[in-house]
Amino acid sequence: MSTLLTVCRKEILETVRERRVLISLLLGPLFGPLMVTAMINLTVSRTVTSAEETLQVPMLGAERAPNLVAYLNARGIARRDDTVVTDVDRAAELVATGEHDVVLAIDEAFGEDFGTDRAARVTLIFDRSKSRAASRVNRVRGAIDAYSQQIGSLRLLADGVDLSLLRPLVVDELDVSTPASRSALMLGVFTYLLLFATLTGGLHLAIDTTAGERERKSLEPLLTLPVTRASLLLGKMTATVCFMLASLALTLVAFTIALKQLPLEQIGMSSNFGFGTAALAFALLAPFAPLGAALMTTVASFTKTYREAQTYLTFVLLVPTLPLAFATLLNIEPEPKLMWIPSLSHHLLVTTLIKDQPLDATLVALSVVSTLLFGALLGWLAIRLYRREAILG
Amino acid sequence: MIEVHGISKSFGTVRALDGVSFAARDGAITGLLGPNGAGKSTCLRILSTVLAPATGTARVGGVDLAAAPLAARRVLGVLPHNSGLYNQLTARENIEYYGRLHGLPEEAVTSRAAALIERLDLKGVADRKAKGFSQGERTKVALARALVHDPQHLLLDEPTNGLDVMATRHLRDWLRELRGQGRCVLLSSHVMQEVEALVDDLVIIAAGRVTLTGTPAELAQRFPGLSLEEIFVRAVSGTQKSAV
Repeated sequence: MSTLLTVCRKEILETVRERRVLISLLLGPLFGPLMVTAMINLTVSRTVTSAEETLQVPMLGAERAPNLVAYLNARGIARRDDTVVTDVDRAAELVATGEHDVVLAIDEAFGEDFGTDRAARVTLIFDRSKSRAASRVNRVRGAIDAYSQQIGSLRLLADGVDLSLLRPLVVDELDVSTPASRSALMLGVFTYLLLFATLTGGLHLAIDTTAGERERKSLEPLLTLPVTRASLLLGKMTATVCFMLASLALTLVAFTIALKQLPLEQIGMSSNFGFGTAALAFALLAPFAPLGAALMTTVASFTKTYREAQTYLTFVLLVPTLPLAFATLLNIEPEPKLMWIPSLSHHLLVTTLIKDQPLDATLVALSVVSTLLFGALLGWLAIRLYRREAILG
Repeated sequence: MIEVHGISKSFGTVRALDGVSFAARDGAITGLLGPNGAGKSTCLRILSTVLAPATGTARVGGVDLAAAPLAARRVLGVLPHNSGLYNQLTARENIEYYGRLHGLPEEAVTSRAAALIERLDLKGVADRKAKGFSQGERTKVALARALVHDPQHLLLDEPTNGLDVMATRHLRDWLRELRGQGRCVLLSSHVMQEVEALVDDLVIIAAGRVTLTGTPAELAQRFPGLSLEEIFVRAVSGTQKSAV
């Protein structure tokens, strides 16, 4: 036990003195929260822009359809006066160059066709490959469709037709998502960022334990000391876990602070992510640290140099994404048999937490037990590998 | 006392040691001599218990390495080929870390480290990080670290490697002092002149076998008219003939 503590303390001291490592340890946890903040800010500004702001659309032949233009104007779509559109080619050019997202062209025969049984034509010029323009195009199209329906209905009504004949089927939508559950969609990426931060926190030490010590030639004298290799490795893994937990805690604190600053309500989300939630999330994710430490140490023990270990461990950082991608694609709900899969169980539990739904004690227990069991298994494997003669390289 | 009986070790198809036997006395410096790749390092690694021999036995201070490796390590101090210091720790911290891992009580850790720093003339650099140390300073710190638990036996793998003349002289003085205290010192080298003046017993090893043993005086008697270096060259060159 005292060996374990001696080794652990020395590893922490040594790591803290390595400035490069310390800086990346402190900055790493900020990466996730900054990314999510930027993402949400962007979404908020885009959503708000498209819903409230008056859309300025260049129009060709607006004088041919004054009623349509007035209708659009009433729906927040105004004609843009400063842009002269002479013909459809010019309009296409304006869109192609990206000067405007959408241009409305009213057919030359619009006035003549409108009163008759021929359909009057309008053309929307836009670029489908520009995803940013999609919401604007949809707004204009929606408004024109609504105008078209209104005129059609009025005509049928004038002819004495019951309008309900035209709509044999009516679809009513009932959206039961709550602001908290809508936010979970976006905040779902949290779990990965949190697991990622946990792993990166221990990356340096996990490599240093085997490949690093071997490369610096300090492993051999260490192994001539009257202590078991198991206690040396456990001491090193304990230090690794300490750094991983510190990284996780820092990330959670940064997230909590960042989310408080965001206008989540504006995009129909709510965040219950206070320090209480953060503490719960820490408790749910903490068992992942020993598992990650053992996994990284095991992988690193096969490598000869620090650099080689870094290369392989980059892939290890991606391992927890696999169950997450699976869960997101299939939209999986928490259930006991899934709780045996680490990272997936963490994702499901943290998502439940963010959705503000009650946590099931059985599911939590299953997640903790299975994660710790996997961790113990990998830890045992790491110790076995540390006992090989090949560990000296 | 270090006793080695018929140890062999292979790495893949390479036979690094092939039935090596010798003994190193207490109160004497024994030189394990041989060209590069002769098996010196493998032999010292087996004695320091980081490798296990395929066949044969080795005892340090009467303790069988295979049966009780931890007990053997308590009576062994090891100076590895590269000093293997922790760069982010100071000289003192490097020494104290090993003291703690040897299970010394905290007061003993501090006092032993301080005494060794004093004796090995490390005062000027004791509280500086090992990062910027010269090769001589690194070797001194590594030696202090190997001696922190006051071991009866000391294994040194090419200790003079990379040292300048003065550092080499100092190292020799310390090794003589350790011998004077009755310790058993075993060092390896591939340069005869370097150890000629230092060792009491010679074990010459080539291609994984011991080809010649004896004190320098005995060898001079057996091969009249030849210098120790010439004897060494003969002992390692005709490994197949093994006439000597």
